[in-house]
Amino acid sequence: MKRVVVIGGGVAGMQTALRLSEQGVQPVIIEKEAELGGKLRGWHVLFPSFTPADEVLGELKQRVRQAGVEVMLSTEVGEFSSNEVKLTDGRRMACDSVVVSTGFTLFDARIKEEYGYGIYDNVYTTVDIERMFNEGRVAKADGTAPKRIAFLHCVGSRDEKVGQKHCSRVCCITGVKQAMEMKKRFPEADVFNFYMDIRMFGPGYEEMYREAQVRYNIHFVRGRISEAAPTIDGRLQIKAEDTLTGRPLHMSVDMLVLIVGMRANDDNAALAASAGLNLAPSGFLEPKNLFLDNVKSNVEGIFYAGTVSSPKNIGESLNEAVAAADAAAKYVEE
Amino acid sequence: MAINFGFAISKPRAIDIDRNNLRKSDEILREMPELQTCIGCGACTASCTAGQFTDFNFRRMHTLVRRGEYQGIYEEMNKCMLCGKCRLVCPRGINTRGVVMLIKRKLGDF
Repeated sequence: MKRVVVIGGGVAGMQTALRLSEQGVQPVIIEKEAELGGKLRGWHVLFPSFTPADEVLGELKQRVRQAGVEVMLSTEVGEFSSNEVKLTDGRRMACDSVVVSTGFTLFDARIKEEYGYGIYDNVYTTVDIERMFNEGRVAKADGTAPKRIAFLHCVGSRDEKVGQKHCSRVCCITGVKQAMEMKKRFPEADVFNFYMDIRMFGPGYEEMYREAQVRYNIHFVRGRISEAAPTIDGRLQIKAEDTLTGRPLHMSVDMLVLIVGMRANDDNAALAASAGLNLAPSGFLEPKNLFLDNVKSNVEGIFYAGTVSSPKNIGESLNEAVAAADAAAKYVEE
Repeated sequence: MAINFGFAISKPRAIDIDRNNLRKSDEILREMPELQTCIGCGACTASCTAGQFTDFNFRRMHTLVRRGEYQGIYEEMNKCMLCGKCRLVCPRGINTRGVVMLIKRKLGDF
């Protein structure tokens, strides 16, 4: 039986493995963490339907178990080619093809020092907020309920200053989703979303944005927050331009949520160099071409699934995993 | 006699949300929540006859109202001739003429 190594056990990796076993190919998932699931593990509910992340992840994991897919946890890949994968512990695995589904890294909000993440209280990232939702307790650092919350879009996206020129795509809708959830939890609070552009690319996203405006009374201000500073009473003072009125705007808030983007993994370059893969200028792995071979790499027998090649939402990653698995299965048959 | 040296203290131009009272704008938005959906495209202002001859800018005015800046808005809204062309072009389907009437009703005392 032909064997395909799937590097990375997030949603894309799991879906790839499932599809490969359907095709009669033997998949092996290599996951560096101690658990399957990737970034989705930290998420609470998913846009635009507010589906619990557990529902999707639980079902996928269940299918992987049922299919009897071989999973190697807490295992890292050092180098690879299309027919051999060398692990960091020195082991070598022979295979017939490799699907890379190593995903993305979240932008580290501390790099945008002007927003004070990790310096001032009550500055959070979208990831912190999801964790708080999961823990069932959302509150300011002093335990009280926030009365005014600001969300800032595009933190670590479309920003030359931090070397992230690309749009991370899913953060716009994440910011809208979390703003709505905040308003549900704190109906008396005023919620402001500061944005450069709002990009609602998926089905139901624009409708959700509209609902956030009309039903949840969330204020969208077009203007990027330039800085945050702590006030004497432990709140945050923020500055922006309200570009639609052409005037500077400032206000104090109880919570500032930084909507962090997706960036390429730091080890993409080393992985790419070991296998001879092309890197895009953004640091993501570059597909052979963007249309007819978008799950293939420039190297025969190596394929991409999910956000390793560019920011994507979960549905897109799942679809791409099917396409990558089919391409890999066809390759090993030939 | 005071001598005028030409110096003056400018009033801050910034919108200070802490100082502004958003309750009036909340009232307006409760009556016409669709106003929140404005995406700032400016089609209303582009089609506005009053805007061709005066500095009236409907998009800017209602955005200021939503930020709690009410000073002078009533007078500005009086420049509108209620022709309704803006309503025909609004991609979000906002009843812009209704917004003008509502703002004038709510902000008559500002």
